[in-house]
Amino acid sequence: MAGNQHNPDQDVDSQPPAAGLTRREAMLQLLRVGGIAAGAAGSGVWFAQQSRRPVPVRAEQARRDHRVAAVPEWPALTVVQFPVGQDAAGKDPIAQAGEPQLLVQQALKNLGGMQRFVSRQEVVVIKPNIAWDRTPEQAANTNPELVAEVVRQCWHAGAKRVIVTDVSCNEARRCFHRSGIEAATRAAGAEVILPDPELFREVELGGVVLKSWPIFIPFLEADKIINLPIAKHHELTGATLGMKNWFGILGGQRNRLHQQIHQSLADLASFMMPTLTIMDCYRILLRNGPTGGNLEDVSLKKTVVAGTDPVALDAYVAKAYWNLDSEHLPYLQMAANRGLGTVDFDKLNVKFSQLS
Amino acid sequence: MLVEASAPRKRVEMIVVRSKLPLLRRISQIFFLLLFVALLLFTSLRPSGRVAGDIHMRVPVRLFFEWDPLVAVANALATHALYRGLLWSLIILLPTLFLGRFFCGWICPMGTLQHFVGSLPSEAKRGKQRIESNRYKRWQTGKYVVLIAGLVAAFFGSMAIGWLDPFSLLVRSFGLALLPAFNFAVRALLAPLEHSHYTAVKTTGESLHTALQATVLDFRQAHFAQGLVLGVLFIVILWASMRVTRIWCRAICPLGALLGACSRWSILGLHKDASSCDKCNRCLLHCQGGDDPIGGAPWRKSECLMCMNCVGSCPHESLSFRLFRNEREVASPDLGRRRTLTGLAAGAAVVPLMRANTGLGKSRHERLLRPPGSLDENDFLSRCIRCGECMKVCPNNSLHPTWDEAGIEGLWTPTLVPRIGYCEPSCVLCSEVCPTGAIWQITPKEKGWVVDVGGQQSQPVRLGTAFYDRGRCLPWALATECIVCEEWCPVSPKAIYVEEAEVIDSLGNVKKLKQPRVDASRCVGCGACEYACPLQEHPAVYVTSIGESRSPASQILLNRK
Repeated sequence: MAGNQHNPDQDVDSQPPAAGLTRREAMLQLLRVGGIAAGAAGSGVWFAQQSRRPVPVRAEQARRDHRVAAVPEWPALTVVQFPVGQDAAGKDPIAQAGEPQLLVQQALKNLGGMQRFVSRQEVVVIKPNIAWDRTPEQAANTNPELVAEVVRQCWHAGAKRVIVTDVSCNEARRCFHRSGIEAATRAAGAEVILPDPELFREVELGGVVLKSWPIFIPFLEADKIINLPIAKHHELTGATLGMKNWFGILGGQRNRLHQQIHQSLADLASFMMPTLTIMDCYRILLRNGPTGGNLEDVSLKKTVVAGTDPVALDAYVAKAYWNLDSEHLPYLQMAANRGLGTVDFDKLNVKFSQLS
Repeated sequence: MLVEASAPRKRVEMIVVRSKLPLLRRISQIFFLLLFVALLLFTSLRPSGRVAGDIHMRVPVRLFFEWDPLVAVANALATHALYRGLLWSLIILLPTLFLGRFFCGWICPMGTLQHFVGSLPSEAKRGKQRIESNRYKRWQTGKYVVLIAGLVAAFFGSMAIGWLDPFSLLVRSFGLALLPAFNFAVRALLAPLEHSHYTAVKTTGESLHTALQATVLDFRQAHFAQGLVLGVLFIVILWASMRVTRIWCRAICPLGALLGACSRWSILGLHKDASSCDKCNRCLLHCQGGDDPIGGAPWRKSECLMCMNCVGSCPHESLSFRLFRNEREVASPDLGRRRTLTGLAAGAAVVPLMRANTGLGKSRHERLLRPPGSLDENDFLSRCIRCGECMKVCPNNSLHPTWDEAGIEGLWTPTLVPRIGYCEPSCVLCSEVCPTGAIWQITPKEKGWVVDVGGQQSQPVRLGTAFYDRGRCLPWALATECIVCEEWCPVSPKAIYVEEAEVIDSLGNVKKLKQPRVDASRCVGCGACEYACPLQEHPAVYVTSIGESRSPASQILLNRK
């Protein structure tokens, strides 16, 4: 390109017309090369200064206290049940549609109504157990009718958003679908969020064994959190109850938690303090938990246990269905020592209701 | 459009009016390509969010395989029967007998992709070179050798032809390599948007993600063994067809060869008006099949893809497709005795040679875990066309193409890799999408891992048996509580049971903990224990194929419940 405008008339000497540049062209070329050189040097120096040893993203400090103030007139624990003995004709009871819904309604009434827990314009996250690819009859996941009724109650209380989510163990699409929870809660108007590996944030749990863990983001952005566990047998601890449900907010390599399960449970419980816990004991898994899969493992109890004291709740259900005292479940005492509740549920004012 | 022409000398002669045939063809090609992509995207777990219940494949994703006469013929040769929907292949085969290889030119998505790539401007293929490269070449008979060898191999009980069946190739390449790569790229591009500090950018990124997730993106990023190999192979094929138009269809495709051989008696053919042809070569410029449409040379029926480009490009209207014409042509593949024998010999030699190798009953690979419903290995190999449908659909990304686990013969057949994903207890999607019955269709009840409501438990399908590596297992080797495997075990009663034991840790303290063991009579080999084991890179519990229910020769226990 250079030298094209070379004018041979200026070369009066006998030299052959060399392809020289005009001064202007030479300057421009120097400028171009110089610019690139300066740019390369500058960005090189800048990048060199950026070189630091990579450190993990700073975990956010957070303690999720969603509790509401205790009111003396309302109990911290309530148990609502339908009769499960044989009827007059000597027949065993059978599950009937609509019963879980009535149980939830009565339990909430006993506790002072959903308005006590959920205020207008709040974002409520409901955490049922949707861990396994099982049907409601197999009792490995929370009863879908029960979850749907809690969703409706939140809407009545004026919630802005009602989200239903869990970090499943089995394939999430299958769990949400076959548990019946996705269909039932969508019909009740809830947002159903499936776990997405990209929706986790590293959080400093501040526990004794649980330090920094990825937490599923919807649980971090809630105003109120309602825990909806189901009571099941578990080989390692004897029973899996309310606090064990918080495993389902974690991402990462949570299969390590079994190594110190009681400490892990206590750590999780003191990180995530729910507004309310409603334990599904409509059907419970007595054996081969927490997965079950066989109807012979399932026992129909037609019961809902609810309350604001997560420690007393777990202690009550463990005693009622597995005859486990708090000595068998060390995490209960650990949680109680941290001021999360009391293991002596019989000293509480427990409100019992029998429906018929 | 068919127009009755005047019939001199009482011959039945019909002229297909040239009009807009190439345009119609293009519309048809685009339609079937989109249909193929849509079916491939639906080859995944997509439960409806409204109604709970069992999960089944609601979209006929096997469609293209059921249309594929090659799969049907080979399946019939290998098994003396036709599986499920394979009879549908008649809707391609019968019209081909009458009309020639219209399928290759108008429907086949593999053909369409090559057609598209081949018509991109290329340095190596201009004017004269292009004309020369589109003249018939003897190497185009290669595909018939492949076909003969493949069918003979099928007769000997190996569906190795699936390596080269165009739909197997497409699903394998797209499903296991190109789509996962696309997924990765889209997510990588969206991530900076979604993590932006500006709300507007963030919202845009998130809504884009949601929209793509509902349509083309997978629920989660899938990874496949040999994805890179499969992807590069496919790109090489496309690159080659950029150099030589439709090189795959012309030289390799055994389905094209089958349809070419079938078109021998077809009644539709290319009519050449020799008097008006001035050898301008325009027809050759766009010829897809390399079938000599130019005046003077005999038309090669078995090579023509019925793309109608020659008809559309002839300036003198010397070319047209007509029914019941009587003209000089090469009706059969120009194969010759030697090439036919080569094909026969190759097919006859390759399966016995592969079977003379170890493997298949003599030294079966311990980690070859076939999907639930799979037939015993010999029957499996006589059906599996390595299409990858089962791997694409598996919601846990558990199934992967084999490299050498199933022997050379079993290359790219499916195997379960529990470390990446276990077999979901009530899921039978792989058996629902398998086009050939290598994975025989089963119901969740027949799978038998979960006791049905009110039902009797049937003999479960078993993929293998789990074993412990006590040198690595936490309660056995490290005096540490664990039994996550027991928690995940999906059968009831659980196949993993625990024994309370007292162990001594490094400080000399006595610790009580639970040590797991396997009850082989209950284990179904799903691999959930291996998947859940905290020792991820080399799990302390692992599944091997011994005890798989499909194989009577591979059992441990005298009596298994």
